[in-house]
Amino acid sequence: MNGSDPASRFAPGTHPDLPPPVRTTGVIGWSRENLFSSPFNVALTLLGAWLLYSIIPPVLEWAFIKSIWVADSRTECWGEMEVPEEAACWAFIKGRVNLFIYGFYPVEERWRVNLSFVLLVLAIVPVLYDRLPGRRHWMWYVAAFPFLAAWLLVGGFGLPFVETDQFGGFMLTLVIGVTGISFSLPIGIALALGRASSMPTVRTLCVLFIEFIRGVPLITLLFVASTMLNYFLPPGTSFDLLMRVLIMVTLFSSAYIAEVVRGGLQGVATGQVEAADSLGLSYWKAQRLIVLPQALKISIPGIVNTFIGLYKDTTLVLIIGMLDPLGIGRASLADAVWAGLAREVYLFIAVFFFLCCFGMSRYSLYLERKLDTGHAKE
Amino acid sequence: MATVDETAGGATRASDPAETIISIQGMHKWFGQFHVLKDINLDVKQGERIVICGPSGSGKSTLIRCINRLEEHQQGSIVVEGTELTSDLKNIEIIRSEVGMVFQQFNLFPHLTVLDNCTLAPIWVRKMPKAEAQEVAMSYLERVRIPEQAEKFPGQLSGGQQQRVAIARSLCMNPRIMLFDEPTSALDPEMIKEVLDVMVELAESGMTMLVVTHEMGFATAVAHRVIFMDEGEIIEQNAPGEFFNNPQHERTKLFLSQILSH
Repeated sequence: MNGSDPASRFAPGTHPDLPPPVRTTGVIGWSRENLFSSPFNVALTLLGAWLLYSIIPPVLEWAFIKSIWVADSRTECWGEMEVPEEAACWAFIKGRVNLFIYGFYPVEERWRVNLSFVLLVLAIVPVLYDRLPGRRHWMWYVAAFPFLAAWLLVGGFGLPFVETDQFGGFMLTLVIGVTGISFSLPIGIALALGRASSMPTVRTLCVLFIEFIRGVPLITLLFVASTMLNYFLPPGTSFDLLMRVLIMVTLFSSAYIAEVVRGGLQGVATGQVEAADSLGLSYWKAQRLIVLPQALKISIPGIVNTFIGLYKDTTLVLIIGMLDPLGIGRASLADAVWAGLAREVYLFIAVFFFLCCFGMSRYSLYLERKLDTGHAKE
Repeated sequence: MATVDETAGGATRASDPAETIISIQGMHKWFGQFHVLKDINLDVKQGERIVICGPSGSGKSTLIRCINRLEEHQQGSIVVEGTELTSDLKNIEIIRSEVGMVFQQFNLFPHLTVLDNCTLAPIWVRKMPKAEAQEVAMSYLERVRIPEQAEKFPGQLSGGQQQRVAIARSLCMNPRIMLFDEPTSALDPEMIKEVLDVMVELAESGMTMLVVTHEMGFATAVAHRVIFMDEGEIIEQNAPGEFFNNPQHERTKLFLSQILSH
C-alpha cells in the first residue's frame, strides 16, 4: 500500500481499474500459487519432479530409443541389443499388426473391414457433432449404418460370406463395442422410462429384467450365450455365436444404462412435467422434448462410464474362445519363436484401449460443457 | 400494498355476464386419507377474473390444478368449455391446450432458449409452422416486455423475467382461460410489480383468469370476484370491494386482519 497516496485523489466511483501485481499472474504467479504455496506443497512438488525424472527417461529409452523394430525372432531381436531384454522388441508386434487388427478375416476381403471402419467414422461424426450442416439427412445414413456394416462384414448379396468365427482383433472389439453402445442406449432409456412408468405391468417387467441382468456377472451371460442358448432354441437352428454375444453384451449394458438414466430422470424437477402437461403435450412428447434431454444431460457421466466399462469388458469374450486382441496376444505369445515378449503385447493392447476410452471420456466432458445452459436447478 | 396501479381494469369491470366457461359441481378430492377439497361448487363466466385466497394448505392451489387435471378429483364434476374432465387422455390434452397455467416456480424448460420455450407447444401441439410460431412468440414476448431476451436461456434471467416468459409461453397457445398458481410468491419484492403489471394488462384484454395470490392490491384492481378458501372449502365469495370492506365470516375476518396487518 502506498501510504502517501491520499484517498481523496479520486471521487467515489471514478477509480480506474489497476493491473494486478506482477507476481500474481503469468508463469511465476501460477507456480507460486500452485506449486510452491506452502512448505508441504514445495515438498510435494520436489517429490513429483523426482518421480517424473526417475520414470520417464527409462520408459522412453525402453519403448523408443533402444527399441528394435526389425527382426525375425526373439533371439535376433535381443541379439541386437547391448544387453538382452533391455528394450522393447516392436518387431514382434509389427509383424503381427494385421493379425491384431483383422483377426483371421480373409486377407483378400480385408478391404471390407477397412471400408466399414471408414463408414463407421462417417456415421459417428453426425452423432457426436451437432453443428454439422444437413445433420438431419445424415441421420438416415447413421440409422442405415449397422445394416450396411453387417452386410459388408458378413457378406451376402454379392459379397462372399465370411464366417464370424474368423472375426478377431481390434475389429472384433469395435464390432462388439459399437453394437453394444449404440443399441444399449435406446434400450436402456426405454427400460428406465418403463421403470418410472405408472403402469404396474410395464414397471414390474422392467424391474425384473434390470435386476436379473444386473445380478448376474457378464461372464455368466457369455457362457449362457455360448453353451446354454442352444438348448432353448428349436433343434437344428444354428444361431451365430457372435450374434449371441452381441445380444448378451447389449442386454447387459442396457440394464446398467437404465439405472443411470433412472437417476437422471429423478433429477428432473416434477414442475417440468407439470409445465409440459399444462401446455397440452402428450406423455411421449413431454418425455422426448422436455424430460429426456434434461435427464440424459445429468446422466452423461454415468452413461459414458458404463460405455467405457462395456468397451473394456468386450475382452471377456476371450473366455468363450473368441479372438479379441487379448486372445490374439495370448495366441501370439504361444509362438515358440517369439515367446517371452508379453510386455510388448500387453502394452500395445493397453494403449489401444486407453486411446479409445480416453477419447470417450474427453468427449463426455466436451458434451457436458456444451450442454451447460447455466441454469441453477430450482 | 399498492404494488398495482389502482386505476387499471376499472373500465372493463362491468363485463357482460357471458357463457359459463368452467363449471365445477360438488367436487371432492382426497390426498390419501386427507380430504383436501370438500364439495366445491364454482361457475366461471367467460371473461371473468377470479382471485382465490386463503391460508396455506387451504386447497386453493389444488383447486386450480384440478381445472387442468394436474390433480385428479375423485367426486363431482368439472366441465371446462363444455368438456367434462374424465380419465380420457385425449380430452385432457385438448383442455390443457386451451387452458394456460403459470406456476409459482416458473417451470421454464432450462435446456431451451426463451424463444424455444415459447414455440415448443405451438409447434408440437398445434402443429404450427416454426416461422409462424416464432412470430407469435415474439409478439407475446414484446407484450411481456422482454423481446430482447429471446435467445437467452432461462437460467440467465431474473425471477421476474422468468415469470413473464412463463406467462408469454402460456399465451402462445392462445388459451381461453389462464390459471395462475401464486405467480409472485417466489419473487423478490422489487420484481413482483413487473409481473403484476403484465397480469393487469392481460386482465384488461378480457382474458378469463383464475389467480391464486395474496396480492390484495391486484385483487382490488382487477378481480370481479374474490374467493376465500379455508380447510378445503369455499367459505366466502364476493366482489373485491364488499369482500375486503365487509367480510361476512369470522375466518375471513381473521385471515384479512393477518394478511393486511403485516
